[in-house]
Amino acid sequence: MTGAAVLTPKLTPEQEGLMDWIDIGALEDIPERGARVVKTQAGCVALFRTGPEEVFATADACPHRGGPLSEGIVHGRRVTCPLHSWVFDLESGAALGEDARLVTYAVRLVAGRVLLDGRLLAKRSAA
Amino acid sequence: MKQKLVVIGAGMASGRVLEQLTETAPDAFDITLFNGESRGNYNRIMLSSVLSGDKTYEDIVTHDAAWYAARGITCRFGEHVTRIDREAKVVVGQGGEVAYDHLLIATGSAPFVIPVPGRELPGVVTYRDLDDTEAMIDAAGRGGSAVVIGGGLLGLEAAAGLAGRGMAVTVVHLMGHLMERQLDEAAGYLLRRDLEARGITVRTQASTKAILGEDRAEAVLLENGDLLPADLVVMAVGIRPETRLATDAGLQVARGIEVDVQMVTSDPAILAVGECVEFSGQLFGLVAPLYDQAKVAAQTLLGRPDAFVLRDTATKLKVTGCDLFSAGDFAAGPGREDIVYRDPARGIYKRLVIEGDRLVGAVMYGDTADGAWFFGLIKDGTEIDAMRDTLIFGPGFQGGSAADPLSAVAALPPEAEICGCNGVCKGTIVQAIEGGAQDLGGLRAVTKASASCGTCTGLVEQLLQVTLGEGYSAPAARPVCTCTELTHEDVRRLIKAKALKSQPAVWQELGWTTPNGCHVCRPAVNFYLLADWPLEYLDDPQSRFVNERKHANIQKDGTFSVVPRMWGGITNPVELRAIADAAEKYGAQTVKVTGGQRIDLLGIKGEDLPGIWSDLNRAGLVSGHAYSKGLRTVKTCVGTDHCRFGTQDSTGLGIKLEQTLWGSWTPHKVKLAVSGCPRNCAEATCKDVGIICVDSGYQIGVAGAAGMDLKETERLADVATEQEAMDLTVAFIQLYRENARYLDRPYKWVAKVGLDWVKARVVDDPAERRRLIEAFELSQSIYRKDPWAEHADRGRAYAPLADLTREAAE
Repeated sequence: MTGAAVLTPKLTPEQEGLMDWIDIGALEDIPERGARVVKTQAGCVALFRTGPEEVFATADACPHRGGPLSEGIVHGRRVTCPLHSWVFDLESGAALGEDARLVTYAVRLVAGRVLLDGRLLAKRSAA
Repeated sequence: MKQKLVVIGAGMASGRVLEQLTETAPDAFDITLFNGESRGNYNRIMLSSVLSGDKTYEDIVTHDAAWYAARGITCRFGEHVTRIDREAKVVVGQGGEVAYDHLLIATGSAPFVIPVPGRELPGVVTYRDLDDTEAMIDAAGRGGSAVVIGGGLLGLEAAAGLAGRGMAVTVVHLMGHLMERQLDEAAGYLLRRDLEARGITVRTQASTKAILGEDRAEAVLLENGDLLPADLVVMAVGIRPETRLATDAGLQVARGIEVDVQMVTSDPAILAVGECVEFSGQLFGLVAPLYDQAKVAAQTLLGRPDAFVLRDTATKLKVTGCDLFSAGDFAAGPGREDIVYRDPARGIYKRLVIEGDRLVGAVMYGDTADGAWFFGLIKDGTEIDAMRDTLIFGPGFQGGSAADPLSAVAALPPEAEICGCNGVCKGTIVQAIEGGAQDLGGLRAVTKASASCGTCTGLVEQLLQVTLGEGYSAPAARPVCTCTELTHEDVRRLIKAKALKSQPAVWQELGWTTPNGCHVCRPAVNFYLLADWPLEYLDDPQSRFVNERKHANIQKDGTFSVVPRMWGGITNPVELRAIADAAEKYGAQTVKVTGGQRIDLLGIKGEDLPGIWSDLNRAGLVSGHAYSKGLRTVKTCVGTDHCRFGTQDSTGLGIKLEQTLWGSWTPHKVKLAVSGCPRNCAEATCKDVGIICVDSGYQIGVAGAAGMDLKETERLADVATEQEAMDLTVAFIQLYRENARYLDRPYKWVAKVGLDWVKARVVDDPAERRRLIEAFELSQSIYRKDPWAEHADRGRAYAPLADLTREAAE
């Protein structure tokens, strides 16, 4: 039986201590090889379920033309934008073969629940 | 003076504690052992061997009565503990109190019983202890069918045992593949294949709704409505720590009883070990860490320092013939890389997960000989950088060769059909090659293989390559994508020839280089599978482009367009009112009449889709599939109903065609039209299938185009009756479904295979036409329904998972 919390990406204990984890829903509500969206003050965040116990979070909007990445096809640890087929690596946020990068967010999975860093709630400062 | 030790639970963990204590300090404790089961410690892991009949209970007893007697342990077996009084330091059993100085809780775990109606019926058992096992053996003796709920380690061992005892066994598993905690999809697929080969039926993504029966279990009802007969139902969906006593006693309990590194609970006089504890957020179910805990607990009781350390554990399934191994953490975690090795011919799959310069996980199926070596590397955290290139070949590697991309073809049996058109199997082709036909032209002349439609050309060339080796250089064919070296045509043929019925089967047997394909190959493979195996394979929404997954067309601003179906382009005031109401209610930005005689509502928000569908459904409107690689529209003119030139009922035929064809998935979109006379008001001559009505009957044209290319239809046939027109249309579309490559419109496909080839099957061969129509009908028994109606009540899936902006405002 495994029950340990799964973190993506890996954080140091110090970094993790800074997080304000907020339970945003059940893991089973995100289809495997699929995605769901969370609305936050920082804009829509896409949660990609790349495996039974693996979720990545990035900005939902494609840096190319703003396509909703959560509607794209999830393959391996990648997603393809539904509008113009840009492919992103979900671990790093990097676009493959393009000079662009997605903002990524820390996700924690505990006992079938998905946790996001609650600081996303706070409004981003102008900086 | 002896200290009083009370132990609750006589399982494998507490048994190990008692062994250690009585060995190192035989006179230190006065021990009382409670056990709810009316027997002492036995090797629970071997219950599967008792079930399979390889062993008896006597063979698996660890501690018998003499063992306890020799150590002066007071056994209170078959007696439940009702309460722990921490104030008075007594344990209250059904047969009276016992005082303790130290208490060890080892209550283990309880099987999880899913809360479905009928779970209390006789004939429903869990699989946890000897009594359960004996109940199963007893039931198997009466024969009949068994349903095992849960495709994890325990469930599969139960299934194999019951099948071995002659029951017809079905495993019902909620997740997409078996043993998903220990195995990835590819290994899960191989395991399933082996279990099925021994007669066990496996149902994945299957949810149990109820267990049915009068005074005992008779059947299991699944959420999808399927009914599985069951004289015995085994629940093996999981276990949870048995913590009730600890919770009642006020000890700190999370999911399990919380313990520190000395295995001490929140009460210094009380220790806990085994499956009932939680340490550092972790629960335990395998025996190795339990024995580690037992050693630490014994030391703590003896007042000696020791500490429990978490270690990786390895899993093996104890089912003969299913050789699998998994260790470490292979599923989760970023910054990790995979090394995958597949040998489809021998059913071997190995995957190593590497983080930095360390191996952190391993999954193997088919050949697990190197499991212990990999497990050692994981446990020891060995640096693997230097041997990384050859790591997956194991410790004995001496410079082997790379995996053979031709192995899928090489592995086909001689009787496998390669050329479907001419019924040529692999053995015939290989014989011809060995007999001197050393190139494609020669082979075609001798065997006719690939001489007709040509879609198996790639496979025939690979057979030349496999048979002749270096002596043959194939003309380069374009593979589907970078995940594979096979072409679309190869993949289609191999899915048929090897009877591949799931995505993991394709990835494994055809040697895919990625875990689950990419946005190019996965939608294609998904279509090929559902077209070839309509009953066995379920359409996978996650392999669909967004429009097909959401049943609406995404627009450049992320909103969607909604097009209800108007059969044959006919509507009425009720439908129009409903469409107008929906357009207003959901704020459609634009309302457009389409080229296909439908009304398009543009600018609908994604989360409003289920709402608008539900509204439209109420007026009898269903999805127009304006988004799908499937039947789009059948345009018609008013025909004999109103028009003074009309020769036949073109509207009626259009509606019939649309009602027959709607909902079907095809390689690309399919558009039809029926015109009532040669004036052709429905513009039938540039459609995928276009029918022109004439006095003598119907002219059926196919393979037109009016998009990137402009092309007039070619005449498939002229027929006299409406029924013949329907039959030829359906047969043509099914032939297209079975043979075209994904994203080829019919005109492109017909250009490749030739209209004569199509005519030979659809028009000239009544038996083949009948087969095509029946195959289409079989598929439509699954897909001819309204996806909007199915999705309208799944509103939650279309809404955001959470809205943190609102919470922040409150």
